[in-house]
Order: sequence, then structure tokens, then C-alpha cells
Amino acid sequence: MAARNDFTDPERVAHVAKLARLALTPEEQAVLGRQLADILRAVDELAEVDTSGVEPTAFAGPEGTFRAPGQRVAITNAERLANAPEATAGAFRVPRVL
Amino acid sequence: MIPAADWTLCALADRLATGEVSAVEVTRAYLDRIEALDAAVGAYLTVDAAGALAQAETADRHRGEGPLAGVPIALKDIFLTRGLRTTCASRILEDFVPPYDGTVVRRLREAGAVILGKLNMDEFAMGSSTENSAFRRTGNPWALDRTPGGSSGGSSAAVAARLCAGSLGTDTGGSIRQPAALCGIVGLKPTYGRVSRFGVVAFASSLDQVGPMGRTVRDVGRLLEVVAGHDPYDATSAAVPVPGGLGELPQGADLRGVRLGVPREYFPETGLQPAVERAVRAAIEQLRDLGAEIVDVSLPHTKYAVATYYLVAPAEASSNLARYDGVRYGLRVTADDLQGMYAETRGQGFGAEVKRRILLGTFALSAGYYDAYYRKAGQVRTLIRRDFDDVFERVDAIVTPTSPTTAFKLGERLDDPLQMYLADIFTLSCNLAGLPGLSVPCGFDEADLPIGLQLLGRPFDEAGLLRIGAAYEDATPWKARLPGDPPEVRR
Repeated sequence: MAARNDFTDPERVAHVAKLARLALTPEEQAVLGRQLADILRAVDELAEVDTSGVEPTAFAGPEGTFRAPGQRVAITNAERLANAPEATAGAFRVPRVL
Repeated sequence: MIPAADWTLCALADRLATGEVSAVEVTRAYLDRIEALDAAVGAYLTVDAAGALAQAETADRHRGEGPLAGVPIALKDIFLTRGLRTTCASRILEDFVPPYDGTVVRRLREAGAVILGKLNMDEFAMGSSTENSAFRRTGNPWALDRTPGGSSGGSSAAVAARLCAGSLGTDTGGSIRQPAALCGIVGLKPTYGRVSRFGVVAFASSLDQVGPMGRTVRDVGRLLEVVAGHDPYDATSAAVPVPGGLGELPQGADLRGVRLGVPREYFPETGLQPAVERAVRAAIEQLRDLGAEIVDVSLPHTKYAVATYYLVAPAEASSNLARYDGVRYGLRVTADDLQGMYAETRGQGFGAEVKRRILLGTFALSAGYYDAYYRKAGQVRTLIRRDFDDVFERVDAIVTPTSPTTAFKLGERLDDPLQMYLADIFTLSCNLAGLPGLSVPCGFDEADLPIGLQLLGRPFDEAGLLRIGAAYEDATPWKARLPGDPPEVRR
């Protein structure tokens, strides 16, 4: 088990941080890596549970509660942009992509 | 000044309805207490004095219109409030002002409630001590150097310190019930789907649920009636009728004909504070004296709830929190390119616990690990649900401790995330199974710190839990005990 979750390897932490779009300082990388390795060691106890033939639960609501949202809240474009870090000409402004 | 803060929410609502007191004088009394006492407690992130007084004036013009007309409520800072800053206690939302009210906020306003302000919490509701707030520490009104619990610790502290008449929190793994227990108040986590999550900042969408926190069981029932019920804006909201009369449950009822299960897995030989075990065992005897039949039961997969939760919740969180990218709202940290902007914004905007969970969740969902972690956790979740299904064929509700310990010292568990996670050991299963759970005060330890009793029920049987809770509350002296006021510090 140790190999598959070895967060003590800084490259592993860096890789997952990249997937999560999280910039980490070297200190954070070291501390978080240690803590995540501990947490994963603890959650590895699930491996001892026999789950053969058991369907996973992703949602614990009663049957049949899924439905398309019936309505949407009406928000003006100005309201939508009011919280924007940077807006221009009625749109969100971002760094050049192309 | 009128002693408005001494009245329970139900008593206050009744006095407001008859005109014995006005909403403006009640609101002024609460604002004055916040001004004098909250520097010591640290419950509020935002106080909306002008807005609250304006709502109180409106309530006075429409006396008695609505079940909460003129009643001052405060909200965990996770509920979107139109025009009133909503931070989720995160730097990344420090200046966010929502353009609309969430459904529960709208329902509170329609019921005539006065919204005093927004309360502290663990950042994005991730934590069990409220210490993960980016903005301030909250003290437990029973001992200010101790945690009020979390993540709805601002709510539990504000209710216990009488800085609001009632509050709403959210509960993803115990975040209403554990702080309620640690502050000696009542907290209800309703059935998944019972209360709309529209306009509530999402943490783990298959577990999150909104619920009331108050000084008494009936206070919590009155709030539930207002906020519960189907909402077309939330696709997971259930079309199940909400029973009435939850704020007017009969006084001094007995529990004849009620079968209560006591699961042995919730009384482990290690990790359960002796004073907590004594108080909960005494509460079970009290329930028996009230006429309930007590049955020993087993929930064999209980020991796997922590591991299951700490895979499912972070996985969902890593997906939900992808929206904080510095583009549409919240903090932006500029960088040379778009990818750099995302990473720097999130790196500087999120605190340590949020980063831990995002990394854990991203890992559990990543290629090559999904089956071993996320899927496996979902399968064990099924087994945990089945445990409850089996037991609820034989009993009407389950009785356990809410938290294995009373309030711990601030700072004590900050460097040890795993130890912090164990604070929720008795509350997590309820969320994994989507059940309702109620915490009611059931005594004090040697240091005069409150202890909570947890009742877990069948889906949508909040009324049954509240009935048991009210019968217990009526038969015991705990609700009469309130913490003393902290020293006044007027700024």
C-alpha cells in the first residue's frame, strides 16, 4: 500500500497540486505531504472491508428526488460582473490565452 | 433595556406577536449585546445593524405576519445574502457580495425574521473547531479559551452567548450537531433533501444539509418549519410535506411506545471521555423512565465512517471548489498566464485545511487511484447505509453521544488533522446515510463544559426526533443553565 499513496515523495505532492491548480510553497509541500501520507495511511483501513458485489453509493437522498431545476434566478449582467476581479465591456477580463 | 436575550426564540416570537415588545427594541437589545460582548466571543464576521433595524421596523409595521416576525436571527457565513458580504470565512471570498438571497434566507425574510449578521465558521465549513476561519477565533461561551466546535462554531457560540435568538448552520459531517453539543445548545441536521441548499456555498454536495440551531428543541422546530420544504431551485430537494406544530410540541409528553436503539459501537473503550459516557448513559435511563423501550443494537461498519467520509467529502470538495479560479468573483492573484493565475489565486486564497482536502480529493479521484479510494469509499458507504436500514426496522430512533469529548482547548489539535477529524467520529455516519440527527444538551463534565446527546432518525422523521428531544428536555434541567456573559469590551 505504501507505494501507491506515498505523499512523502515531493514529486507526488507537486503532481497532485498541479492537477488541483494549487500553487504551494516548498514548506507547504513538505508539511501537506507528510499530513496527507498520514491521512492516507489511516483511510487505507477500508481495504480490509469486503465490498465484493456491493454497489457504491454516490448520493444518499431518497429515490426519485432528482429533477431538472425548475427555475433560475434572474441576475442582470451588471450584477454578475459586480464581483468580478476585472471586467471590461460587459465581460470578464482574463490574461491572454492564445 | 428589555431583557429580550433572556427569552427563548418561541417565547420571543409570541411576545412580538402580541405586541408586548416591539421588533425594534428587541433588535436594539441584541445589537447592544453584540457590541458589548462579541469582542470577547468572536462569533460575528459581519454585523448588519442598519439592515437589521430596517427589517425590524418593517416587522413592527406588519406585526404578527409570519411565524418569525421581528425575531433576530444570525446566519453562518455560508448562506448567500443579497447585498450582504458572504465570505465562507475564506480570503478567496473576502469581498464577495451576493447578487441574490438563497432559498432559506428568502424564507426567513418572508417569515418576518430580522437578520443581524453573518457568523464565523471553519473556512468552507471544513473543520471541527472554527479555527480554520481566515478571519478570527471564536471562543466557547462556557470557557473562552476553548473551541465552540465547528464548522458552525460562530452559530453555536452566538446562540449560547445570546447574541442572536437562533441561527442556521450547515452540517456535512457533524458541523451543526458537534458545535451544538460543545456549546450546550440544540442543533438539528435534517434529512438530506429536507432543506434547500440553493444559495448555500457548496462543500460536499451529497452530504451538505442546512439546519437550525437554537436554545431549545421547540426553537429549532420553529425554525425548521420555516426553512424546510421542497424548492424547485434545488434539484436534490425532496417533495416531502413538512409537518406543522414543531414549535408547539406538547409540554411534558411521555415516550411510551417509542423504541430507542443504543448502538454498542458508539461507546468505545478508548477515546470516549468518561464524563460524556456517564451523562449519555444517564440520559438513556431518563428516556427509559419517560416510557421509551431501550434496545441494544449494532451498526457494525461504524468504525469505517471516518475513513469513508475523508475520501468522499474531499473528493466532492475538490470538484466544488474548482470554481474559485479568480475569473468571475473572489480573489485574483495576477500571473503571467491563465494557468499561473489559477494556481496563484488558489494558493494564496485558500487556507491549509482547504488545501489538504483539495489535494486529498484530487488524488482520490485521479487516474489509477479512483477505484482504490473513491469507489471503495462509495461501496463502504452503502454498507453503512444498510446498517441503519437494518436497525430502523426494529427501532424508531438511535441514541448516542454527539461528540466523544467536551470542548477542547483552542490550538490543541491544530497541527494534527487526523486528531481533529476524530471530533466527528459519532456524527459522520448520519451524513453518509442521509439521515436526520439532533443534538440536545444532556449534562456537564467536571469543568462545567456542556455534553450533547445525539438522536438519529429515519429519513424525514425530524418530527419524531424533536418529539423525543422535547420530552427529554422538559424532564431535565439542562436548558435552564446558561453561560455567564463574558467581560464587556466596547470598541
